[in-house]
Amino acid sequence: MDSNVTTKHRKNAGFLSIIPGFGQFYNKQFVKGIIFLVLTVAFFSSFSQTLNWGFWGLITLGEIPILDHSIFLLIDGIIALLVAIIGLGIYAFNIYDAYNNGKKRDEGFLLNSVREQYHNLLDNGFPYLMISPGFLLLIFVVIFPIIFVILLSFTNYDLYHSPPAKLVDWVGIQNYIDIFKLDLWRSTFFGVLGWTIVWTFGATTLQVAIGVFLAVVINQKDLKGKAFFRTILILPWAVPAFVSILIFSGMFNESFGVINTQILSMLGIDAIPWMTEEMWTRLALILIQSWLGFPFIFAMTTGVLQSIPEELYEAANVDGASIFQKFRGITLPMVLYATAPILITQYTFNFNNFNVIFLFNGGGPAIPGQNAGGTDILISWIYQLTMTSGQYGKAAAITMLLSLIVIVVALWQFKRTNSFKEEDMM
Amino acid sequence: MTNKTEKIIRLSVSYLILLIAAIIVIYPLLWVLGSSFNPGQSLSGSTMFPENPTFKHYKSLFDTENSNYVLWYLNSMKISLITMVFAVLSVAVTGYAFSRYRFIGRKNGLLTFLVLQMIPNFAALIAIFVLAQRTDLLDTHAGLILIYVGGQIPMNTWLMKGYLDTIPKELDESARMDGAGHLRIFWQIIMPLSKPIIAVVALFSFIAPFGDFILARIMLRSEEKFTMGVGLYELVSKQFGNEFTTFAAGSVLIAIPITILFLSFQKYFISGLTAGGTKG
Repeated sequence: MDSNVTTKHRKNAGFLSIIPGFGQFYNKQFVKGIIFLVLTVAFFSSFSQTLNWGFWGLITLGEIPILDHSIFLLIDGIIALLVAIIGLGIYAFNIYDAYNNGKKRDEGFLLNSVREQYHNLLDNGFPYLMISPGFLLLIFVVIFPIIFVILLSFTNYDLYHSPPAKLVDWVGIQNYIDIFKLDLWRSTFFGVLGWTIVWTFGATTLQVAIGVFLAVVINQKDLKGKAFFRTILILPWAVPAFVSILIFSGMFNESFGVINTQILSMLGIDAIPWMTEEMWTRLALILIQSWLGFPFIFAMTTGVLQSIPEELYEAANVDGASIFQKFRGITLPMVLYATAPILITQYTFNFNNFNVIFLFNGGGPAIPGQNAGGTDILISWIYQLTMTSGQYGKAAAITMLLSLIVIVVALWQFKRTNSFKEEDMM
Repeated sequence: MTNKTEKIIRLSVSYLILLIAAIIVIYPLLWVLGSSFNPGQSLSGSTMFPENPTFKHYKSLFDTENSNYVLWYLNSMKISLITMVFAVLSVAVTGYAFSRYRFIGRKNGLLTFLVLQMIPNFAALIAIFVLAQRTDLLDTHAGLILIYVGGQIPMNTWLMKGYLDTIPKELDESARMDGAGHLRIFWQIIMPLSKPIIAVVALFSFIAPFGDFILARIMLRSEEKFTMGVGLYELVSKQFGNEFTTFAAGSVLIAIPITILFLSFQKYFISGLTAGGTKG
């Protein structure tokens, strides 16, 4: 086939479609060509203003205080950016289409008629039509905010540079340098990061351990009252978490809370400063999260346990294995294998578990020498920087660092999840 | 003989463990139930078994003159229901497209969803706040619902796609042979078969807005627009302890229906998660 090619339709068509539509005219697909041409004209006539204004704003972030609102300009700039990307996408498709059809002509194939093109469009376009509502929404509520945060982390937007009275400026990577160089920020960042990691591993591992353990205990064949215990143990999952956390916050109250006034005093232990001493607050948080989180693991493990074939245990009995040997050799590997993907999501969930930290003690107690509370994890620190101290630029930079961590974990999980290896599943 | 004593010891220890676990689980819940019947207002005097139980805190919650509780309840219900409807619609279509069609950008789209589901959308809370301000959606339920629906899409699309992948493709193909169009196959063949996963997605997208605190807290400013979470938080944080019993009554009223809903559907939750989880 290739040796017969003497015509150069593909190059000509591709080159001509630098002006959208002309490549299609060259291929004698007039309807399609007109559509591309009209689209282009419409695009420029309706968006040229948006694009001009948007890119000007994006580059300068405004020139006159009060008149130019830097943050609004930034938003308009991102919209211009998105519009431009969509436009470029259509433009690229126009060239690709002309080139492709030119290639077909080179190879001696007949091109599709208008009617066939229409059917083709319907068939190939249908999946795009279906995903576009969801994707559009995602662009606005998820992707747009992400771009915004990325850009914001390179500005000096804070209380002292707060529009409309003041302008915001691009400062390059100054925020990142500050976080790692200025003593206050560095010590706070690493302090918070350290606790976030301890919290993520401590709380999650404890809740997983308790969940698996209780599921195994309850699943013994000769144990009575399974349904009763299962229903009770699943309750913390069923009650809305914010309600339980607020209840705990009352129970752990230092002077009036039932833990200090009744339970500990009954055991003859002095009142513990749950809310004012960093270490005790941290301990309380890990205990509370275990209470909140174990039922989920418990329920899943129960499901897995019921699917382990009985013969495995019978064979182990014949070999004279003890309870613990059976647990380590059969139960635990089976459970971990089946629930591994979900266990990882438990870790990422706790890594960003804002509710329990914030609702229990607002991230406190306060700690001298740093600008985050003693139990603040990264996400609640970002919240504080944004909502109370107005350090928007720094907060954005920290959000970027946090996302980096999460993305690395996500990619790592992605690599080891089996389903991605099967091409068809993707 | 030793076998029998061993069994007795093992079972007794098991029962003891379960009993302790059950007490730890149930104690805070009973305590808040008891507090809600306490005659006093404050945290300090409340006991689990009050001597003169009273319903007055429940009554005061429904006194619409002085309490916004009923409003919060309705707001939460409204927001959760609307979120659920829109999330199910968009997740069903998106999941179907990803499961059944092979198109350019499919793989990258799925990858994007996978990464997005790991970053909670409130990580970009500054952006959400400023963007809502710019579009005048701050302090509106519509803005909040949009964010919730968008946040539900990535993870649930994966669940949906995982489930749809298990429905044999021969079904679609034979229907196509018979002349059924794209939409017809989707509505009349695939959707009826995916009822279980739709139930799961619906439950998830109902419960998630209900349990959310941070986004509602960022978005909603005026007290009569609050959701349950923000409202109850304000109730306790304003003057901690002083209105504790009222808060307790409010908690009980919200916890009971959600708990019942949850317990009756929990087995779907688990099957949905494991089905989607092991496949995606």
